[in-house]
Amino acid sequence: MRTRKIGRRTLLATGTAGMLAAPWVAGAQAKTLRIGMQSILSGPIALLGTSSRNALQMEAERINAAGGFLGRPIEFVYRDSKGQPQEAARVARELVNSTGCELLIDAEASSGSFAVQEVVRDLGVACIHTNSETSSLTADPKIRVPTAFRVARQGVHDAIAGSTYLAKFATDKKISKWATCSPDYAYGRDTTAQYLEFFKRAKPDIEVVTQAWPKLGQADLTEVITKLIQAKPQALFTLLYAGDLSAFVNQGNVYALFSQMTVASPNFDYPVLTAIKNLPTGIQSATRYLETFPDNPGNKAWGEAYRKKFNEYPTNWSWQNTVAMQFYEAAVKKANSLDGKALAAALTGMKINTPFGVDGTITMRDDHTTINYAIGWGQTVPKPPYITDVKPADWGRIVELETEWKKEQHYI
Amino acid sequence: MDLDALGNCFASSACVVTQTTSGLIVGMLLFLVAAGLTLIFGVLKIVNFAHGTFYMLGGYVAFSTLALTDSYTLAVVAAAAAMALFGVLFERLLIARVYGSNVLMQLLICYAVVLIFDDVVKIVWGPDFHAMGMPPAFQVAPLFIAGGVVPPFYAVLIGISAVIAIVLGLGLALTRIGKTVRAAAQNPSMVSALGVNTTLLFALVFAVGGALAGLAGALAAPVRSLSPGMGFSILIESFIVTVIGGMGSIAGALVAALVIGLLRGFGTIGFPMFTDGLTYVAMILILVTRPHGLFGREVA
Repeated sequence: MRTRKIGRRTLLATGTAGMLAAPWVAGAQAKTLRIGMQSILSGPIALLGTSSRNALQMEAERINAAGGFLGRPIEFVYRDSKGQPQEAARVARELVNSTGCELLIDAEASSGSFAVQEVVRDLGVACIHTNSETSSLTADPKIRVPTAFRVARQGVHDAIAGSTYLAKFATDKKISKWATCSPDYAYGRDTTAQYLEFFKRAKPDIEVVTQAWPKLGQADLTEVITKLIQAKPQALFTLLYAGDLSAFVNQGNVYALFSQMTVASPNFDYPVLTAIKNLPTGIQSATRYLETFPDNPGNKAWGEAYRKKFNEYPTNWSWQNTVAMQFYEAAVKKANSLDGKALAAALTGMKINTPFGVDGTITMRDDHTTINYAIGWGQTVPKPPYITDVKPADWGRIVELETEWKKEQHYI
Repeated sequence: MDLDALGNCFASSACVVTQTTSGLIVGMLLFLVAAGLTLIFGVLKIVNFAHGTFYMLGGYVAFSTLALTDSYTLAVVAAAAAMALFGVLFERLLIARVYGSNVLMQLLICYAVVLIFDDVVKIVWGPDFHAMGMPPAFQVAPLFIAGGVVPPFYAVLIGISAVIAIVLGLGLALTRIGKTVRAAAQNPSMVSALGVNTTLLFALVFAVGGALAGLAGALAAPVRSLSPGMGFSILIESFIVTVIGGMGSIAGALVAALVIGLLRGFGTIGFPMFTDGLTYVAMILILVTRPHGLFGREVA
């Protein structure tokens, strides 16, 4: 049997290369602070990753101009997980162990974030989830991790805010017959059920006359639309999003659906608002991100700067990643350290000033999730600002109902 | 299952009219794509897995043409013409090299084209979805016929598709070139021996197939979202149509596409949780009773 030996030449070559590279690696680590960022950067929902990355790029420029973190310039290392949870876990580990990242921004969708969460539990590094809206990620104490935080909308907050707004709207307009139309998978079905639950609590006399469940990415929604029209509801609640929502509006327009019922949706983000050519007036819509809400100069300036730099509108994901970096900036300053535990202690309960907060501040609560971010509901108009007459949600009410919900789930 | 709702629907003319139109529009657009697929298979015995790509590119070409010229008619014509040309190039440069070779080679080439052009679309038009929007001429209120809702745009689409079905059917049955195409489907070497330029004929078949798919893409673009990879789902449905109708039969494709469209239209009322499943149940039932499809002939 032949054994493979490392030859003299190989050894010399590797050794020389290693010696040449070593000072560079060591120097880079001592100087630049690497922050790992992973997300979905390819495929049909690449916008999640690219609009997150754009925002982080702007933040890196701002932070470095102000002297970086602890006097070190920051640099992002971006990785594409393609939305696969096992790949997300692998990438997170590699970013810390092999690439030398000292902080993590996890910009994955929910399935990826749950995988990253377990890696963070194991490594003890500080991590901020910026895009997962699934409540249990931080609400469930069994899933929560000491050094992992969420700077993003939380599903239950949106469901409470949305159903409270719609209950009032329904009472004012005397609307009792509702229909729903949401994508046929876990998000669509579970979240629709959650909205309806809070909705019925606020307004017990509503009646759901029909529910439609088109497939994710279904090109032709005609039979869904005609079925909804046949059921003659007074209002329709939909959780369709992105291309599916755009197709629904276009095909609904053909049937004049929007003149036959009031439509309500929390999913009209800028990419959808700008892509739809004939956006109907008067859709009841939440603001995922809007330059005009919260109506303050900081928010407007940020939105305009983003548009100027990238020639497209920012998304909900963009502001979330921006605020994550604002939290890191404040926490690193306060803890004077990059250690996971020290940063976690600094972040817990921290309140920062930011234009994306509904009153100019956002708080990182003890359960590692943010509150007081902008949630509003208004009505669509076909031209900018696209959503007008925005009413801010009542955070006192949100927290009150969220606490009840947490008790029912046995989280507290 | 909600048979009461289905019963109520059949009892009301409004529901029957609305769901029938919705079934017809789904079916007719499916027919345009499936017709090209079945034509190419009938004549060349090639299963064109890249046919969905023709549909996708047709949609994008129409989208850009409309943005440049503001004319939807021009957009539709440009999409059909561009895809006819694309079909010819595809046949001449790629498929012509694998006639008679292993079916896996054909599959490989088609799949490569699907992947490459999904990426080309991403590079040219970006990875995000686009919406073309309804041409101004059709931004009108829907018609109400017997209480049912019929959108004018869909009525026009159904009309265009019906005219194409008739022209295609008559063209194949009555014209000299149609007869040559049918003869080539039966016995290509004999047709070639009789002095017909089969190279030209095969390219022509791909041109017609491509034009039909491009046309379908352009006609669907005002209401459907354009995104890379959108050709895939329509390809699967078109395959079901070709199989149910009988591989190679245009009339079969028309009937099968309408059957599927109407199943979807009424299935969503009676079987809201099983609408997609109905299509496959129909396919199984038809194939059990007629193994070669509704209008298929046994391949010798």
